[in-house]
Amino acid sequence: MAASLQRNLNVGEAVAPPLTPKRSKAPLPAVRVRGLTRRFGEREVLKSLDVDIAPGEFVALLGASGCGKSTLLRILADLDREIVGEVEVPVRRAVAFQAPRLMPWKKVWRNVVLGLPGRPDRARALAALDEVGIGHRADVWPKVLSGGEAQRTSLARALVREPDLLLLDEPFAALDALTRIKAQDLVAELWQRHGCAILLVTHDVEEAVLLADRVLVMKDGVIAHEERIDLERPRDVADPVFARIRGSLLDSLGVRHGTHGNA
Amino acid sequence: MSSIATITIAPGAVERRPADQTAKPDDLLARQRIEPVSTARHRVPRWLRRLSGPVLLVLLWHVASQTGVLPSEVLAGPTTVIGSAAKLVDNGELQDAMLISLSRALAGLAIGGSIGVTLAVVAGLFRLGEDMVDATMQMLRTVPAVALIPLLIIWFGIGEAPKIALIALGTAFPLYLNVYAGIRNVDSTLIEAGRTLDLSRSAMIRHVVLPGALPSALVGLRYSLGIAWLALVFGEQINATAGIGYLMATAREMFQTDVIVVCLVVYALLGLGVDFTVRTLERVFLAWRPAFSGT
Ligand SMILES: Nc1ncnc2c1ncn2[C@@H]1O[C@H](COP(=O)(O)OP(=O)(O)OP(=O)(O)O)[C@@H](O)[C@H]1O
Ligand SMILES: [Mg+2]
Repeated sequence: MAASLQRNLNVGEAVAPPLTPKRSKAPLPAVRVRGLTRRFGEREVLKSLDVDIAPGEFVALLGASGCGKSTLLRILADLDREIVGEVEVPVRRAVAFQAPRLMPWKKVWRNVVLGLPGRPDRARALAALDEVGIGHRADVWPKVLSGGEAQRTSLARALVREPDLLLLDEPFAALDALTRIKAQDLVAELWQRHGCAILLVTHDVEEAVLLADRVLVMKDGVIAHEERIDLERPRDVADPVFARIRGSLLDSLGVRHGTHGNA
Repeated sequence: MSSIATITIAPGAVERRPADQTAKPDDLLARQRIEPVSTARHRVPRWLRRLSGPVLLVLLWHVASQTGVLPSEVLAGPTTVIGSAAKLVDNGELQDAMLISLSRALAGLAIGGSIGVTLAVVAGLFRLGEDMVDATMQMLRTVPAVALIPLLIIWFGIGEAPKIALIALGTAFPLYLNVYAGIRNVDSTLIEAGRTLDLSRSAMIRHVVLPGALPSALVGLRYSLGIAWLALVFGEQINATAGIGYLMATAREMFQTDVIVVCLVVYALLGLGVDFTVRTLERVFLAWRPAFSGT
C-alpha cells in the first residue's frame, strides 16, 4: 500500500534523519515528521519532535494532559501551519475528534458523504453507516443521536474517504465504559479491513496496548518513550506480557503502577 | 511550581459530620414527586388555549361598551367595529387599502432585506468587506430610521418612494446585524471539521457557514418585519392617498373611532400573518435544531 505523499512544509535547515528505520521493508513512511516545533507565544509545546508512522501501522499516542498531543494531531491534519520543521503526511487523511463535530443541519447520511466529490451518494453513505453498525439511523438529525452513535457516525464519515491516514483524537473519551469497549473493537476491526495507518491519541493506557502496533509516550514536547507491541490479536488484558507492557508505559508516564488498578 | 495552600476551616464546617446527615429523620427529608406529563393536560388543544386570552379581552371590551363604561367617542365597541369592517369590506375599500399597505411593506422589506443580507454576507465572509462595511453599518445603525423622514421627504417627495425607502432603511439594519453575527459566530470546530473533509471555500460557505448563520438570520428577519410594520405606520402618515394609513387619517378627521379600530386590527392581523410566516420558515429550515418548545 503506497501512500501518496504530500510535502506540507519544509522550513529551516535540513535535518539529517537520525532515526534508523523501524521496519526495513517499509520503503516510505506514511507520516514523516522531523524537527517539528510549535510555539504558543513563548511556550514551546512541541520541541523538535521526530516521528514516523509506517503505512498501515496503528500507533497510539499517550501523554499527560496538556503535553501537546492534540497539537501534534492538528498539525498532521493540516489544521495548523504555524510550525517549524518538516512534516509529510498522506494526501488522503481523515480525522475523528473527541466531539463528533457533525453538521447539525444535515441528516446523518449527508454528514457522512459531505465533502466527497460529486452528488451526495446515499448508497455509499449507507454502506459506511452499516459498517459501523448504525445504518438504521441514516435519516435522523444528528441532535437525536446518542453519544456513541454520533461518534460512530463521525468514524463512518472518516472511513468513507478511504484514508491512508486516520487521525483519532480521544474519540472514545466521552463514551461510557461498555460503549467504549464496543467502539474499540469496532476500530480494530475497521483498521484490519481498511489497512490505513492510524494515529490514536488516548489517555487510556489499556486502550493503547489493546489496539496499537506501537505506543508512543509524549513528554516535554518530544516522543520520550516508545513501546512496540507484538502481541497476537485479539489481545487479552489478563496476559502477563500485556500487564508488563502496561506497567512499563505507566512508569514512563510517571504513574507508579502499583497504585494504578485496571482503570 | 507548586504552592502550598493554607486551609482554614470555618467553625460551622467542623460540626457537619456525615453522621448528622444520616441521622436525619425521614419526615424531615424534602421530597419532590416527579409528575409524568399527563395526556389530560393536553386535552385542550394548544391553539385553543392560546386563543382564550384575546377572546377574554374582546369580551371585556364588549361588556364595557354595552354598559357605557367606554363611550363610543372614545372607543367604538366591538359590534360597531365589526359592522364598519363589514361595510368597508363590502365596498372593497378595506381590501384595496390592505393590498397597498402590504405591497409597500413587502417592497420595502425586499429592498432593505437584500441590501442588509448582501452587506452582511460580504462583511461576514471577507476581511476586506468587514473592514469597509462593518464599521460604517455599526455607525449608521445608531440613527433611528424614523428620524430620517424629513430627509426622505426632501429626497423622494411625498409619493410612494419615501414610504418604501423608510421601510427599506428600517429593515436593512436588523438583518445586517443578525446575519453578520450569525456568520461570525458559526461554530469554529465545525469549520475545522469542514477543513478536514476537504471542503472547498464555496462548499464551506454553502454547507457550513450559511446554514450555521441561518438561525440568527431568521431572528433578524423577525426583527426586520416588526420594524417594517412600524415604519409602514409612520410612512403612511406622510400624506398618503391610499392604504391603511390613508383610511385611518380620513377616519381621524371624521372622528370615526370604529374605522380607526378596524385599521388597527388590520395592522395587527397583517403583523400576525407575517409572524406566522416567520414561524413557518423557522419550522421548515430549523427542523434540525434542538429547540425549546416549553410546556
Ligand atoms: N491555540 C492555542 N493557543 C495557546 N495555547 C494553546 C493553543 N492550543 C493549545 N495550546 C496549549 O498547548 C498545550 C498543549 O495542548 P494540547 O491540546 O495539544 O494538549 P493535549 O496533550 O491534547 O492535552 P489533553 O490530553 O488534555 O487533550 C496546552 O498547554 C495548551 O494550553
Ligand atoms: Mg487533546
